[in-house]
Amino acid sequence: MSRLKVASCFLAMTAIELPAAHKPPLQRAPIEAMSRANPFEARPPQEQSAADQAGHKLFERECSGCHGKQAQGSAWAPALASPVVKQAPAGAIFWVLRNGSLRSGMPSFAHLPEPQRWQIVTYLKNLK
Amino acid sequence: MLSPAWTLLAGEGPFFVTYTHQMEEPGNLEISIKNTTGKPANGNRFLGITTEFEYGVKAWWTTEVYVEGQTTSGDSTLFTGFRWENRFRVLEREHWINPVLYLEFEDTNAADRSLLEVVGFDRQDDLTGPNAIARREKDREIEAKLILSSHVKGWTIAENFIAEKNVRHAPYEFGYAVGASRPLALAARPEDCRFCPENFQAGLELYGGLGTHQSFGLSGTSHYLAPTLAWSLPDGPTFTVSPGFGLTGQSAGFLLRFGVSYEIAQFGRLWRKRS
Repeated sequence: MSRLKVASCFLAMTAIELPAAHKPPLQRAPIEAMSRANPFEARPPQEQSAADQAGHKLFERECSGCHGKQAQGSAWAPALASPVVKQAPAGAIFWVLRNGSLRSGMPSFAHLPEPQRWQIVTYLKNLK
Repeated sequence: MLSPAWTLLAGEGPFFVTYTHQMEEPGNLEISIKNTTGKPANGNRFLGITTEFEYGVKAWWTTEVYVEGQTTSGDSTLFTGFRWENRFRVLEREHWINPVLYLEFEDTNAADRSLLEVVGFDRQDDLTGPNAIARREKDREIEAKLILSSHVKGWTIAENFIAEKNVRHAPYEFGYAVGASRPLALAARPEDCRFCPENFQAGLELYGGLGTHQSFGLSGTSHYLAPTLAWSLPDGPTFTVSPGFGLTGQSAGFLLRFGVSYEIAQFGRLWRKRS
């Protein structure tokens, strides 16, 4: 493959990602990503509670540096204890965790295994 | 007050040589000490010590400075130079394979024993010889890497292609590093624990030289196979260890790498707020 073709591929991939970039991260999730169900929601209540606690632990370690210990937000990151997150589809939150929002400064958390990301989603959906 | 963050999966996971597409979080500063010890066939045991400062400038841009030194048994202890590297994430979203561009300037001397990469015809004979003579040979080099990596079902798989050139003379030297790693458990336990399996990551690295632009290939090059293990303490540092085994006659027989890293969350923003 010529260098021109490789460069064209990169440009095309970047261009595909640009149009949705101005929307808030939760609204950028594709429909198929939004429709993904949280696997912990189908589990017995005891396991759901354990996922919530594990999600809290992971949130404190991975997210609270920017979003605050109580998910109240900070000068540089939005509050996650909010109706917007509460009402968002679990799949949309999971999608944002996977992809991040590089332009607004949120990194991707794809390095966390999927079950850990779903545990964080469980915690965020249960936040009061 | 600066709040420490738990480095569950520090910068490059459990790897010492291979880079993944994971970037440092914006504003976070990770301080690492990476050590490499080995004993070349015709030389004395050495310990290369590298201190690394990794900072997330943007979610797509990570910059790092390395300060390097070494001590050799029966010889001396000396400062061997520094490196400045930058990594740029090319694509905004996560894909099945994710490219990152890496650019580095290094100003070291031939006594350097950090072995942060293996390129060209690097061999164990380069690790012998008196420090007093080796330190006179300056290595000012530009290094570029194409980092490709993926996260698949809990596994992190990364491939690095390396090109390096001394700024003053030929040749272009090439190398590679590939690695795979996985946490010992994919889901986290609800309780806080130091020895939870999700706090451990195990992996394997393979890295080596690929010759030069004049003589590209595997012949006469060094290669290493290195299992790796990382352990992250809650609210504390990450410890990493990796025994590396030389695969060819040009490689050192055995290298032991060990390190510790600690991440300070939002260092940059809190620093700006204070001043």
